[in-house]
Amino acid sequence: MYSYSDFDEAFVRSRVAQFTNQVERRLDGSLTEEEFRPLRLMNGLYLQLHAYMLRVAIPYGTISPRQMRQLAYIADTWDKGYGHFTTRQNIQFNWPKLPDVPAILSALADVEMHAIQTSGNCVRNVTADHFAGAAADEIADPRPYAELLRQWSTDHPEFQFLPRKFKIAITGSPNDRAVTKAHDIGLRMVRNAAGEPGFEVIVGGGLGRTPMVGMIVRDFLPEADLLPYVEAVLSVYNTLGRRDNKYKARIKITLHETGRDEITRMIEAEFARLRPLFGGNDQKLLADIREAFAPPAFRNAPIDAYDAFYKADPVFRSWADTNLTQHRNDQYAIVTVSIKAHGATPGDATSDQMRLLADLAERYGHNDLRISHEQNVILPHVHKSDLPALHAALVQAGLGTANVGLLSDIIACPGMDYCALATARSIPVAQELATHFEALKLEHEIGPLKIKISGCINACGHHHVGHIGILGLDRAGVENYQITLGGDGTEDAVIGEKTGPGFAYTEIVPAIERILRAYLDLRLEPSETFLQAFKRVGMEPFKAALYEAEGEKDAA
Amino acid sequence: MSRRFTPKIVTANRLREGDVVYLTADDQWSPFHHEAELIEDEAHAQMRLLHANAQKLTIVGAYLADARPGARGPEPTHFREEFRTRGPSNYNHGKQADLAS
Repeated sequence: MYSYSDFDEAFVRSRVAQFTNQVERRLDGSLTEEEFRPLRLMNGLYLQLHAYMLRVAIPYGTISPRQMRQLAYIADTWDKGYGHFTTRQNIQFNWPKLPDVPAILSALADVEMHAIQTSGNCVRNVTADHFAGAAADEIADPRPYAELLRQWSTDHPEFQFLPRKFKIAITGSPNDRAVTKAHDIGLRMVRNAAGEPGFEVIVGGGLGRTPMVGMIVRDFLPEADLLPYVEAVLSVYNTLGRRDNKYKARIKITLHETGRDEITRMIEAEFARLRPLFGGNDQKLLADIREAFAPPAFRNAPIDAYDAFYKADPVFRSWADTNLTQHRNDQYAIVTVSIKAHGATPGDATSDQMRLLADLAERYGHNDLRISHEQNVILPHVHKSDLPALHAALVQAGLGTANVGLLSDIIACPGMDYCALATARSIPVAQELATHFEALKLEHEIGPLKIKISGCINACGHHHVGHIGILGLDRAGVENYQITLGGDGTEDAVIGEKTGPGFAYTEIVPAIERILRAYLDLRLEPSETFLQAFKRVGMEPFKAALYEAEGEKDAA
Repeated sequence: MSRRFTPKIVTANRLREGDVVYLTADDQWSPFHHEAELIEDEAHAQMRLLHANAQKLTIVGAYLADARPGARGPEPTHFREEFRTRGPSNYNHGKQADLAS
């Protein structure tokens, strides 16, 4: 993976020193809260419901065992022994104390990590396919481009005060696992007629209060044009984007107010101006970065032991069927470690689990770890002969849950258990859904299903693109949960449709059960997934299941 | 006639620790909601909020929250404020753990 250059190192250290001084000045009264707030936000430090929260970037979701151990050390030393992995491939510490934050940032800098640009109206952590460099369907590893974008966007003087935050996602595969269509800029690698790799450029996607699927502004962008083109998009947005109304400030609104044709024309004009100014240094830099992402030295060894174990052990087989993904090397597998045991908090990992994952990545995984936007941890390169031993070690630590892609593999934002913006809780809803359906033993029968829960309209839990989305709201001083169906976060992105009136906290789990029982009744065969069934039959049967039962109850 | 004033308390977070605190009648910051001063008068509420906001080295983000009288003292009326008196629901962390007696 990429290692900091002397420049990166000096930059991050100087920012730690600056913030250390700023915290001192806040604590001695030289800075007021109004003066300090933007400074702390620039370093990822929020004040939440019960405590401060520090958001640390995990660039494009790639993390080394050494870095993972340092996160565990931070969790033990300055927090409560755990961390929360988020839908933006960040980790959040929920209980830091203000005077300790400089020491935490310094400990992060020791392992080439930071919290810069994890808040504020700037280019945020660039996210990527968590299977990058390993997936069988990949055209090229997207991470060198993501790293190039990270270096370009970090402290970019023109883009520190954008109209609003700006999120870029990138995938090297035609099958989109990075939700690129719900980002300010989505980059999806494709090949042109000549077979050359490049990017489909999608602009103006986003969830939040105005959910929109992004629009394609360039069908094929040659990879050498990436940086000047992205700079052109940012530059047009920086000029046109509205600063008068926070709710209309994202590029998705700019795009809709300006029109796709006009904004595309403006981007292309700006690109034509910028392109000659990029003299090729970006390409030299990209070539250097690419070396850092060279594939590991894959082992060539028999996999008979794996095949035999798969046949013999049903628990292992169940886990292998749900948690493994095809690797581009046939002898290898991509392992998704579920950190969502039934009833656990989605995205939370204890310091012990982090240390174990670091150990396992060293022993079996070519020193590579990933964090997915779906809040799991990935070992992208595991030789199949090592899978039985890996699985046994995971099971011992409570990390062997075979539920990836199933009902209990839920995305949930922190909600009103932590977040100051939340309007309702999400974590306990996720916990109850997981334990309820585990008790019914229905999860495997229901099959592939993405439930995503947000505790407010800002949609950090991606509820709009959940097959079943749940949005927690405050309705007249009571928690109320609105359901959407049919959302899809892949390359065929769709924003889910609202079912109708919401449900109270105690009614939401039974409501989801009614939807899923209706699905089990109406599916043509077990292989027809919930999403396929919804696309075939539409909303009505689910609405009937959701609300007619209620009507009968009222009438009785 | 103007609408009846809903009683309030002043709440904030401690600057250093971030903990939720409540302003008491004798100008202390208490971790307990029931020890807060229940303010029944709008003008007095504004005065107390000004007083709180002046304590820049102790607290941040002071605001007025609705409350009602209870057996032990003021009680929150909204679920958000109720959660703030306890901590998160997924772990025994925050006040529910720190102040358990």
